[in-house]
Amino acid sequence: MTDEPLLRLEDVTKRFGVTLALDHVRFDLKAGEVHALMGENGAGKSTLMKILSGNIQRDGGRIVMDGRPIDIRSPLDARAHGIAIIHQELNAIPAMTVAENLSLGREPRTRFGTLDRRRVLRDAREKLARIGSDIDPAQPLGSLSVGMQQMVEIARAVSEDARVLVLDEPTAALSRAEALQLYALIGQMRSNGVGLIYISHRMEEVWQLADRVTVLRDGAYVGTGAMGELSPEDVVRMMVGRAMGDLYDHAPREAGDVVLAVEGLSGDGIGPVDLEVRSGEVVCMAGLIGSGRTEVARLIFGADRRSGGTVAIDGTPSRPADPHAAIADGIGMVPEDRKDQGLFLDHSVEINVAISSLDRFSTAGVVRRAEARKTVLEEMGRLHLRKNAIDLAVKALSGGNQQKAALARWLMRDSRVLILDEPTRGVDIGAKREIYELIDALARAGKAVLVISSDLPEAIGISDRLLVMREGRIVHELSSDRATEEEVMAYATGTAGRAAGTSHGAEA
Amino acid sequence: MTNETKPLATAAPKDSEGRPPFDFAKWWDRVGILMVLIALVLLMSLIAPNFNRVDNLLNIARSISVNAILAAGLTFVILTGGIDLSVGSIIAVSGVVAVVLAIAGLPAPLAVLAGIGVGALCGLVNGALTAYLSLAPFIVTLGTMTFLRGLAYTITAGQPIVSSDLNFKGIGIGYLFGVPIPVIVMAIVFLIAWFLLERTRYGRHVYAVGGNAQAARLAGVRVDRVTLSVYVIGGACAGLAGVIFAARVISAQPTAGTGYELDAIAAVVLGGTSLAGGRGRIVGTLIGSVILGVLSTGLILLNVPFFTQLLIKGVVIIFAVAIDGLKTRPLPFLRGARRAG
Repeated sequence: MTDEPLLRLEDVTKRFGVTLALDHVRFDLKAGEVHALMGENGAGKSTLMKILSGNIQRDGGRIVMDGRPIDIRSPLDARAHGIAIIHQELNAIPAMTVAENLSLGREPRTRFGTLDRRRVLRDAREKLARIGSDIDPAQPLGSLSVGMQQMVEIARAVSEDARVLVLDEPTAALSRAEALQLYALIGQMRSNGVGLIYISHRMEEVWQLADRVTVLRDGAYVGTGAMGELSPEDVVRMMVGRAMGDLYDHAPREAGDVVLAVEGLSGDGIGPVDLEVRSGEVVCMAGLIGSGRTEVARLIFGADRRSGGTVAIDGTPSRPADPHAAIADGIGMVPEDRKDQGLFLDHSVEINVAISSLDRFSTAGVVRRAEARKTVLEEMGRLHLRKNAIDLAVKALSGGNQQKAALARWLMRDSRVLILDEPTRGVDIGAKREIYELIDALARAGKAVLVISSDLPEAIGISDRLLVMREGRIVHELSSDRATEEEVMAYATGTAGRAAGTSHGAEA
Repeated sequence: MTNETKPLATAAPKDSEGRPPFDFAKWWDRVGILMVLIALVLLMSLIAPNFNRVDNLLNIARSISVNAILAAGLTFVILTGGIDLSVGSIIAVSGVVAVVLAIAGLPAPLAVLAGIGVGALCGLVNGALTAYLSLAPFIVTLGTMTFLRGLAYTITAGQPIVSSDLNFKGIGIGYLFGVPIPVIVMAIVFLIAWFLLERTRYGRHVYAVGGNAQAARLAGVRVDRVTLSVYVIGGACAGLAGVIFAARVISAQPTAGTGYELDAIAAVVLGGTSLAGGRGRIVGTLIGSVILGVLSTGLILLNVPFFTQLLIKGVVIIFAVAIDGLKTRPLPFLRGARRAG
């Protein structure tokens, strides 16, 4: 590690129309360090990384690599300078094999000019071996888990001798085992002298991995510090511009009668599951990815076919054959994958919020538009969504505001039971706090709230009871005020009885 | 907590690619295609003799009515992200059925309804195969397109059935208050379509299915039913178009409507409806049909040879779709930035 940084961004400025997206932002990266880049959604992290990757051009400032100013005019330039980016959304071709993806654009040829299939495979195996992965290169990429696909992307970057590697929310969709594997790989690359820029919303992960952190807010540089000198609270303060207090703080709630009663529910690889959620109660389903939490939610909501069991709302049996029927019975669900399953990205906030309540706002099939619009505006107000966003396409909103739009749909519908699958994933900390407050307010208004969360401190902090799932069943139930992360992890992983000893077990 | 409300207008564009200060996409969505039409009409009135005489304009309106009615129904299908290639063949089958029944003595209104009903029935088959068997609509309707054309040939034994005193010929060649009846029918069809799409719950469900079928299902939209229904609407419109066509030529032609599905798709896309679904306006479809009609008539008045007309029409379609494609992309020439390569 030398003192001259590997990469230095000086006073980088970017303007989109009248908006100043980046205002004289500084950032530097040393060889062999992990430098975390933090900030709320909209703070300018993505824009800065797009400039670094050559997808957009800066309007001002300098990029200096090895002490020499460089220009990055295209993604090809970035690659030539040894800058590689692992995106949140992976840019690979699922139908092609791992090996084909790894040789994409520089396929080896035989003497006759045809594709040298054997070398494609051999090269791929070597590239994967360099990162210590035993993925079979002959498999179609799409058959791998997201975590494995990410490994393939990293293998590609390493094989191209990347010196700067940007990881944008890399663990957002990883299982715990995959995340651990990624951490080990990051350690390995660091000791090889690669500089890593790490973007993440997860504080614990950042503290575990990073050497330094730089915080952006509203497109401006706020500060940089070594991890040892800062506390998570300091960073949050830098990100939001003030202290947050305890994120999960809420006054005690009183549970009423049983609203949602599920008995013997089973489906493909799931169940039988029994659970109850009372009026005024927040119940959280915890467990590893793949433990069946989302599947249970979908079965209750009628989104998947159930093979047995009953669901009752307020004592009345609900036999939802499809979500349409479940919604009519008073259930609302915000799915895990906001963009693919929750929202109509090209459509306005109004359309997105009103879609499930149109039967209540129409006469003989004709929508009472003024009334519906007024109600949408009211719900937006409750969620601190700016009213003039009502006609914006949802895709123009930040992640947090998109999630609020998804929630507003069920507020408008006034559903008795709310199922929220990973409600704060990819949401910045300010919006997170607001969503927690909303969940609390909904419970206090007598709703039954069932939350799925992989963020363990969150799952414990916002709920009254925890249901721990493993292999499609609920294996343990505990009261949130006495629960510890260790205990939940022990049941989630099936090692209950001995201490699991995981301080960062949240991301499973 | 007021300071937690993030100002959307400043926060939102930062994370995305950002938008140019002049929102070309919005402007084009609203008035772009109308501008093209106005420019075209101005151009034609300047250079084409007799273009803006009332009888010529009514002539244009009548000549586009079949394509426009077809395109209106197809707009529903395309808005859900589907496609219907069989509408041209439905024109032939419904026309043949209506004419045969009329000759057999069925009163005119019933013969017309039968033609529409046959179209709707064909749509029902398309829709059921698409919605409930989850087959790709392109393939399904490619199949029914061929099948129905075969059916039209089979019923007529390959020969046109001419009936000079066809009882419903008025719907094709008649006038009401000096306006051709097909034009009045077309206006009614577009009014109903506009009402359905813009004012009813059903219309919002159509857009929702096209915008994101999975999300629509989880939002409580019965995606299967909506999908089925748009093909029925598309088929019924094609049936109506078939009846009008038959009335205009006072005969049942087994070759009627050949290639019409492509003109109708062109009109829909020209009008700004996205083939990916979820985005578009019925008014755009009407304007798209009118543009194609004005172009054809104008070129005929200018004595442009038929072959050259085709060349020009092709270029216009590609040009309009190219502008449409630019909407979804940031404009590089406005931002002075190179696109990712």
